[in-house]
Amino acid sequence: MASGTIQTSAPRGAGARISAALWRRPWVRAALLLTPPLAWFVFIYLASLGILLITAFWRINSFTTNIERVWNLGNFRTLLENATYRAIMLRTIGIAALVTVTDAVLALPFAYYMARVASRRAQTALFVGVLVPLWASYIARVYAWLLIFTHDGVLNWGLDKIGLGPVTLAYTNTAMWIVFSYLWLPFMILPVYAALERIPDSYLEASADLGARGGRTVAKVILPLALPGIVAGSIFTFSLTLGDFITPFLVGGTGSSFIGNVVYENVGVAGNIPFAAAFAIVPVVIMGLYLLGARRLGAFEAM
Amino acid sequence: MWTRLALRIWTALVLAFLFAPILIIMLYAFNTSTIQSWPLPGFTFKWFPETWNDPEVRDALLLSIKAGLIATAIALVLGSAASFAVHRFRFFGREVVSFVVVLPLALPGIITGMALNSFFNFNGINLSLWTIVVGHATFCIVIVYNNVIARLRRTSSSLIEASMDLGAHGWTTFRTVTFPLLSTALVAGALLAFALSFDEVIVTTFTSGAQNTLPLWIFGAIRLGQRLPEVNVVVFFVVLFTVIPVTIAARLTGGGGVTRASAAAGQVAQKDE
Amino acid sequence: MTRTGMGAGRWPALAALGAALILLTAACGGGTEGNGGGGGGGGAGQPPTANMAPPTSVGAGEGKLALIAWEGYVQPLWTKTFETKTGCDVSAKYAGSSDEMVTLMADGGGGQYDMVSASGDASLRLIYGGDVRPVNVDLIPDWKNFIPQLQSPPHNTIDGKHYGISLQWGPNTLMYNPQDFPTAPDSWSVIYDPKYKGKITVPDNPIQIADAALYLKATKPELGITDVYELTRPQLDAAVALLRQQQPLIRKYWGLASQEISMFKNGDAIIGASWPYQESILRSNGVPIASTIPKEGATGWADTWMMATNAPHPNCAYLWMQYISTAKAQALQATWYGETPANTKACPIMDQLDKGSCAVYHANAPASYFDSISFWKTPIADCGNGETNCMPYSEWQQAWTTEVTG
Repeated sequence: MASGTIQTSAPRGAGARISAALWRRPWVRAALLLTPPLAWFVFIYLASLGILLITAFWRINSFTTNIERVWNLGNFRTLLENATYRAIMLRTIGIAALVTVTDAVLALPFAYYMARVASRRAQTALFVGVLVPLWASYIARVYAWLLIFTHDGVLNWGLDKIGLGPVTLAYTNTAMWIVFSYLWLPFMILPVYAALERIPDSYLEASADLGARGGRTVAKVILPLALPGIVAGSIFTFSLTLGDFITPFLVGGTGSSFIGNVVYENVGVAGNIPFAAAFAIVPVVIMGLYLLGARRLGAFEAM
Repeated sequence: MWTRLALRIWTALVLAFLFAPILIIMLYAFNTSTIQSWPLPGFTFKWFPETWNDPEVRDALLLSIKAGLIATAIALVLGSAASFAVHRFRFFGREVVSFVVVLPLALPGIITGMALNSFFNFNGINLSLWTIVVGHATFCIVIVYNNVIARLRRTSSSLIEASMDLGAHGWTTFRTVTFPLLSTALVAGALLAFALSFDEVIVTTFTSGAQNTLPLWIFGAIRLGQRLPEVNVVVFFVVLFTVIPVTIAARLTGGGGVTRASAAAGQVAQKDE
Repeated sequence: MTRTGMGAGRWPALAALGAALILLTAACGGGTEGNGGGGGGGGAGQPPTANMAPPTSVGAGEGKLALIAWEGYVQPLWTKTFETKTGCDVSAKYAGSSDEMVTLMADGGGGQYDMVSASGDASLRLIYGGDVRPVNVDLIPDWKNFIPQLQSPPHNTIDGKHYGISLQWGPNTLMYNPQDFPTAPDSWSVIYDPKYKGKITVPDNPIQIADAALYLKATKPELGITDVYELTRPQLDAAVALLRQQQPLIRKYWGLASQEISMFKNGDAIIGASWPYQESILRSNGVPIASTIPKEGATGWADTWMMATNAPHPNCAYLWMQYISTAKAQALQATWYGETPANTKACPIMDQLDKGSCAVYHANAPASYFDSISFWKTPIADCGNGETNCMPYSEWQQAWTTEVTG
């Protein structure tokens, strides 16, 4: 039972009346909160995505290079029928998947240590260790890797010192895989850490009480609970790799083009926007499907 | 016990993996040659004053900071508004909203960039600082949204109700109860959003006109290959300067033991919602 | 994750969103959108801006100048003097390829850019796309000191109207590491030789097809190639086939000059097609390097400063053209970058700045040297001999990205 003094002495100014009115009409509050961000998203972001989508169904006149608004599926047909473009799509998706798996493997023990084993101070230090590399320029980090991979670079110098022969890693797909895994690793570590951190101690104790040894607990308790975090991280690693063109440009060799390179060339260089849009739809479709699957696995809560 | 050791070693190796290139960058800020080769041909300090005096670098740095701050500010307002709405209310199309809001980060940057570019062209908007801000704010909103909604899901709504029961109206409750609970999530979100905006190059290529942000300047500086040491100098300082705010943010949002206990409470509370 | 009754509400919401988007986009106008660049324009017809009368005098500078340039063309070494003298503050947007420049210049520079340093394979596209306007060469005193071939070359002068002024030119050379090639290779065959597999690099640029055509012109005369930029379908196919054979030998197609420099310095490449710029930088970094023009000849580039149709600072643009064509500025740029100035009076100054550079960069070479180079120009359908079955640039781009680089 509330004391009388609290209720009656509350100020009844205009602010309180508006607040009360809003409390009684939750949909007004919802609308007020939602309209600005929604307006941004619908009128700017979604509208522009829509235009892009539609442009993919147009074509350019190869003489004047003007866009003709003639509905046709020519761009998609070229995409699917041309062997090189098919190869590019498969290569992009393949490496994106490989990078995702690599990052998940690298991140899991690290995030587990960070979330559950490290002391408070070590945790802060590890946090800093994971976030600071994100501030060092993407391009500068890629160039550092080039220095490692190049023929007379750090890697071959090191191999030479221990008596092994030189490897040719520079300008290969393997190099791209390593660089991508490096670049996106923090994006995988953070959600996995968030997911692991939320596991209550009691779960692990219960599992031990029920007789499960370390490995079993990991497989049956920790991994399933970490999965939303892994899936959330994979959204980043997958989509960031899928759309990237800078690393293939800097680190890739012959036969290393990604979807992003073709899109970039067709937008910035060839001026064939409809074809670029058509090719750009491929990652959109892939990520759309991926997101729907990720939602089912609870990744959205773990981000 | 062995697992602890193994975990420690793995963590150390991953940390080494993360930082080896950073160390190389910082080392090569002292490179005498403008071409990067191993081993370091010579050691010099000359790039530091040269970078400091380079007006292009200063302009680019300033533009990056400006765009980042404005985009983060917009993101803080719009992102938290959206997360409040999605978390607290059941409304028509709620699932769609939470799906759509994730898109700017989930879809590759080149698509966001292309889409915004054609949008601006379509509507005759000139590319400028504001178009850069629009591009950045779009994905910054997502980051703030994610952080805030994750925090909202973990806080018990009974605190808000208690505040209301005690007579505080909406604004006071927000000011004294909700906001403090969220503050660290906002800080973390703001920091991550600013970080992404600061190093963003793909969307910015499509949304900038004759201006250069720092990443765009770096992208241009690598063409001839005579500016690589300057790039390394810039990164050297950026890395050093950001350790402090990142450490503060990490301290504010960390605290594993506390959250592990409250996570259990939060999950119980969530079932009541 | 709570499963509320809103599951049913999801699809109508999506549909509504989709409908809104379609309405939005459908509402926005019809007709074709312009897109700068008339790549396959066929050469017939007047350029859209032909009747824009250039000014007869240069007014006061507007205080700013926005340029689109090749990296290295707007260095403080020569722009500082310009800025102090005219008060026009120079800002540059760098482009890595002619294609990029054409796209940036869309819509006459979009009201953002004043000038572009276009090579011969971009200039025609810009002219016929209406993105550049005629200039009055009488306002540029040093124009009469240009070598005659670059005063009114076909790639920037149409029907006597000048769409810019020539700047500098240079060859695409065969660059090699003298430690691996003690004697200079005398033929382009060396970059098609499997002996050097994994050590070769060539530019990532569709115009590179012309280099293959140049090689075929000498080695397969039965193909009947005369002008390497005017290739019929069978000729183009033959050039592309040669490039496909070369692909497994290539370490990497360089897109930036710095990439090639890095490859040669770090041992990833020992021979390749290059610009004099890379050689100049490698040499100044103490890397053993040399270059040559093989017996089959070479392709090359000649750049023009062109003025955007919608240039916001036209007076500063003219002041720039006046300045950059002076012998001193030409010499500074030529020796720094490693190219040949259009101004004949630059030679002695070049030797002052860098002894012997005038001869190294052929600034005083006879006309026969100039004529031996096949300068970049945009491939168009018009073969120039009454036929119109030559492949336009879009075909070159298509072939390059899908069949060569992949």
